[in-house]
Amino acid sequence: MSFLELQNITKIYPNGTKAVNETSLNIDNGEFVVFVGPSGCGKSTLLRMIAGLEDITSGEISLDGNIINNIDPSERDVAMVFQNYALYPHMSVFNNMSYGLKNRGISKDEINNKVNDVAKLLEIDQLLTRKPSMLSGGQRQRVAMGRAIVRNPKIFLFDEPLSNLDAKLRNQMRLEIKKLQRQMGVTSIFVTHDQTEAMTLGDRIVVINNGVVEQVGTPKEIYSKPNTKFVAEFIGSPQMNLFQCKIENGLAKISDMQINLNNSLNIQDACIGVRPDDILISDQGEYSSSANLVEYLGSDMIIYSSVGGQEFSCKLSSKINLKAGDNFKFNISPSALHVFDNNSGQRV
Amino acid sequence: MTRYISSTINHCILLIGLLIMIVPVWIIFASSTHSSLFINTNGLQFFLGDNFIENYSRVLFKKSGFFNEITALKMFFNSFVMATGIAALSVITSLMAAYGLVYFKIKYATIIFWLIFITLLVPLELRIMPSYIVMSKLNLVNTFAGLILPISASAIATFFFRQFYKSIPDELLEAAKLDGTSSWRFFIDFLVPLSKTMIAAVFIFMFVFGYNQYLWPLIMTTSEQYWTVVMGLKTMYGSISDRFAFVIMSMIPPVVIIVFLQKLFIQGIFQNK
Repeated sequence: MSFLELQNITKIYPNGTKAVNETSLNIDNGEFVVFVGPSGCGKSTLLRMIAGLEDITSGEISLDGNIINNIDPSERDVAMVFQNYALYPHMSVFNNMSYGLKNRGISKDEINNKVNDVAKLLEIDQLLTRKPSMLSGGQRQRVAMGRAIVRNPKIFLFDEPLSNLDAKLRNQMRLEIKKLQRQMGVTSIFVTHDQTEAMTLGDRIVVINNGVVEQVGTPKEIYSKPNTKFVAEFIGSPQMNLFQCKIENGLAKISDMQINLNNSLNIQDACIGVRPDDILISDQGEYSSSANLVEYLGSDMIIYSSVGGQEFSCKLSSKINLKAGDNFKFNISPSALHVFDNNSGQRV
Repeated sequence: MTRYISSTINHCILLIGLLIMIVPVWIIFASSTHSSLFINTNGLQFFLGDNFIENYSRVLFKKSGFFNEITALKMFFNSFVMATGIAALSVITSLMAAYGLVYFKIKYATIIFWLIFITLLVPLELRIMPSYIVMSKLNLVNTFAGLILPISASAIATFFFRQFYKSIPDELLEAAKLDGTSSWRFFIDFLVPLSKTMIAAVFIFMFVFGYNQYLWPLIMTTSEQYWTVVMGLKTMYGSISDRFAFVIMSMIPPVVIIVFLQKLFIQGIFQNK
């Protein structure tokens, strides 16, 4: 039995919107799982149902062997970090962090020790007497984390906690969250719409779309073997190139470009995906095209081009000398191809 | 240079406004420190006289009223108890009513709120007879409870608190829930401290409202022991300087409350920033 089990969880709002549909998921103790998906896909709703802040329409959630469907959020022993931190504006940092402990009837000395330890760990021990309004965004973030950590909960829930920070701070906090989670070994669920965050943080990623889990797997599995067209497009930056095509006897025809898939597939309405970094540019390339636009990113550059009216991008080292308007030749290795059936959206 | 001129003009306008408000009060105060005889012969005074202690102590401790049963000091005490009671009870009832309306899943919360709100259309003067009958049936005539209770719920204050609670982000409640707070503790630990500034404002408003009540205490009290300052103003038939002294003293309690709570009010504004 897993530490956290979701069984056929469905959430239908009173207005009839189905936010989460028959979702089942097992999460092991100590695991760091990331829910990722576009905004409005139901990932936050799922998290809030685990926290107990949202009623469950049907299905069952069990935590550490107990069914928690009808257990009050305060008794579930979960801690949550909110997107806007939800710090208590009228309380000092110390009181923000100790409030949950006080409600649990823990002695004053123990509260002092715990809060001080966590504050040191998060390097906010100088700020304990301040009010949240006197803190910077990064510091507020730390206090919000501290408030969650100090309670030593069974499970940490993060609801897009980094989206209010600037890019530099976001990267820094991301690393720290990962480090802290490893250090403390607490089961964590992190919700984000940013695939980079998902890839870097998660032991496992759950890709959600329209209230349905599209794929669950390690970042590597999800990146190298996306189950559906949606996952293929959503994960990876720049996003995967998808070519609409017809496959006859293992030969994919994208207007006048033909790719041999080395199999005997026959699909009328198919879609072939290639990661931008799997397009290899060389003078001996099998296919040719011209660069419409070149984006310089420092060590890499991204070339935007098109084949038979279908646009694609490729990512290559910026050492290669290529300007907009230049012709180039390229190869695609059949092993780097992802074939999807357009009708089902599933990987073939 | 233009900034200097415009700030001078601004200050002049403010000074004029200040004088318009202060000078009449000052003249009453200055006149109240002269003997009645002096005012009757020389008219209103702008400068202080030397009868201050004599006049004020006479007014405070002189028995007055139809039966000479009450002193001004007692009237101040009565008014203070009544106004404080009304203000405190209004704050408590409207805070709690708003809490219930906003945070509990009450089916017809909006309708209930509008029902409360339309009571604004029925001021005390309109329901004075039924209110009196209820109070007299409860044997509360000639008691502080009778003076306070019928005016101790405020629709407008409920409205203010409700709007304020609605502006508090839901995450705060959710975070507090996860921290194990109960409904009661959320109210005491979060809503009350967060609405400190509003509480101060409502308290000032209701205190002045209660202090200014005239008709209700007039009807509710048959014993002079429960007369209030505003009633006393009407029945003060002493000499002219005594009346002035009484007027000046009657201004003190509301002014003190406003000055005292304004400090808290401003403090609150800065803290919440």
